[in-house]
Amino acid sequence: MRFLPHTEADRAAMLQRIGVPSIEGLFADIPAGKRLGGLVDLPVSKSEIEVERTLGRMAAKNTAAASVPFFVGAGAYRHHVPASVDHLIQRSEFLTSYTPYQPEISQGTLQYLFEFQTQVANLTAMEVANASMYDGSTATAEAVLMAHRVTRRRKAVLSGGLHPQYRSTVETVSRMAGDMLAALPADPANTEDILAAIDDETSCVVVQSPSFYGHLIDLAPIAEKAHAAGALLVAVFTEVVALGAIEPPGAQGADIVVGEGQSIGNPLTYGGPYVGLFATRSKYVRQMPGRLCGETVDAEGRRGFVLTLSTREQHIRRDKATSNICTNSGLCSLAFTIHMTLLGEMGLERLAALNHANAVKLADALGTVKSVSVLNDTFFNEFTIRVPGDAGEIIEKLAGKGVLGGVPVSRLEHDNAALRDLIVVASTEINTDADRAAYVAALKEVL
Amino acid sequence: MTTRYTREHEWIRLDGDTALVGISQYAQEQLGDIVFVELPAVGKKLAKGDEAAVVESVKAASEIFAPVAGEVVAVNDALADAPGTVNSDPEAGGWFLKLKVANRADLDSLMDEAAYKAFLETI
Repeated sequence: MRFLPHTEADRAAMLQRIGVPSIEGLFADIPAGKRLGGLVDLPVSKSEIEVERTLGRMAAKNTAAASVPFFVGAGAYRHHVPASVDHLIQRSEFLTSYTPYQPEISQGTLQYLFEFQTQVANLTAMEVANASMYDGSTATAEAVLMAHRVTRRRKAVLSGGLHPQYRSTVETVSRMAGDMLAALPADPANTEDILAAIDDETSCVVVQSPSFYGHLIDLAPIAEKAHAAGALLVAVFTEVVALGAIEPPGAQGADIVVGEGQSIGNPLTYGGPYVGLFATRSKYVRQMPGRLCGETVDAEGRRGFVLTLSTREQHIRRDKATSNICTNSGLCSLAFTIHMTLLGEMGLERLAALNHANAVKLADALGTVKSVSVLNDTFFNEFTIRVPGDAGEIIEKLAGKGVLGGVPVSRLEHDNAALRDLIVVASTEINTDADRAAYVAALKEVL
Repeated sequence: MTTRYTREHEWIRLDGDTALVGISQYAQEQLGDIVFVELPAVGKKLAKGDEAAVVESVKAASEIFAPVAGEVVAVNDALADAPGTVNSDPEAGGWFLKLKVANRADLDSLMDEAAYKAFLETI
């Protein structure tokens, strides 16, 4: 059976209604030169083994993350995920279940979401966390909208240390909502004065720590200035493993903490799906987007789980909803929960310490390369180096030598000549001494 | 200090040129357990019929409309910690907001208690 219910007569009626002469007419806005003249010339059929050969040849053209010394981060991090995580999330009760619309019948789903929320709240040192967002960037945009609701102001201040794609996501949402935005210039050397940007119109200050360039930011004075001005502090992170080593944002006065949870439980997978983390203070829980699972007891006193807050979602409150998010990154948050449970508090701290130790070794090694300098005084597992010349070209040359050496800042910050010689470099627990030696040797060759 | 009612089940009680606004006994019964009241900013100017607040119960979320035009001069902050007051004492302690009424004569077009009771009989 084909899932195409429309008849020719249906199509004709629809085209007539919208005033387009033919299906072709719908594509009139696409320049002729960008369109195919007909169908793609695909072979009629191939055997499975032939398809495997063809696709294998194509895949071999990629330099895969796991196949070479790999130092790419900037928002997505390669970590070791235990095989048990993948095994457990593939249980059909988890893998095939959709977002619970009759939630209380799905006690298993509600329980793991409750445990996920508890882990996120503990990690961030906040009072409440939701059942997850799509990713770190959309969680950041939602945090800004929430701060507008809480403060009844509409001007967010964004630090120049915020990930450029997160900034871009906030800009998109703010533009659509007609809100104001004060985005400070890119801050690779961690010299900005964000306190000076806070005024009595500011709804929130959005600060990433570790910053996009790797610097650790002391959030407490920013929280203090923001609160004195009646604004909220939104603390952002892209590398959740950092929370195993640094003072959590909640302990530094943050009002909303958002970030990317990919590093725990989730592989790189070309950039998604990932899992956004979102935590705040209890007093703001009614303004928090997304859903919240809670623990309760049934009529006979037995422990059970409920979807405590979902009336703010669009399926009940519709135009009164706090956000258009009506779901969560279920399977990714499950992977996060399982991996975090396997790690435990001690395991996370050890993982974080190992990441930091590897990054320190890498920074020391790269710092010995002539005319390369490390910009950071502080960092967790990621830092910025300045290279002599165009960073993008140097990264390409390194890739040619089988080393994926980081992210040239210009790839994310287009049209900013001052950033053309900068590379954001990450080192996690996966990197070995041999990886670092290969990086240093390759860098010396290409410079 | 007579109390007036709207067809949307808000009440308004004038005292001088300010008036308290809340929801009626009938409204709270219909909504069930109230878990949250979203109140407007003090200083907000409302036209008659504008959305003034949102009340959220275990069953539904509903808008509360301004019965007459005016400026919000106070809100019942106690509802943040005790939204159940709207259930237990809807027409006194469970008030939502205080309006500085633009035109007192506007209240004349609303129902008095007897008229509201008669209106409830029809629904």
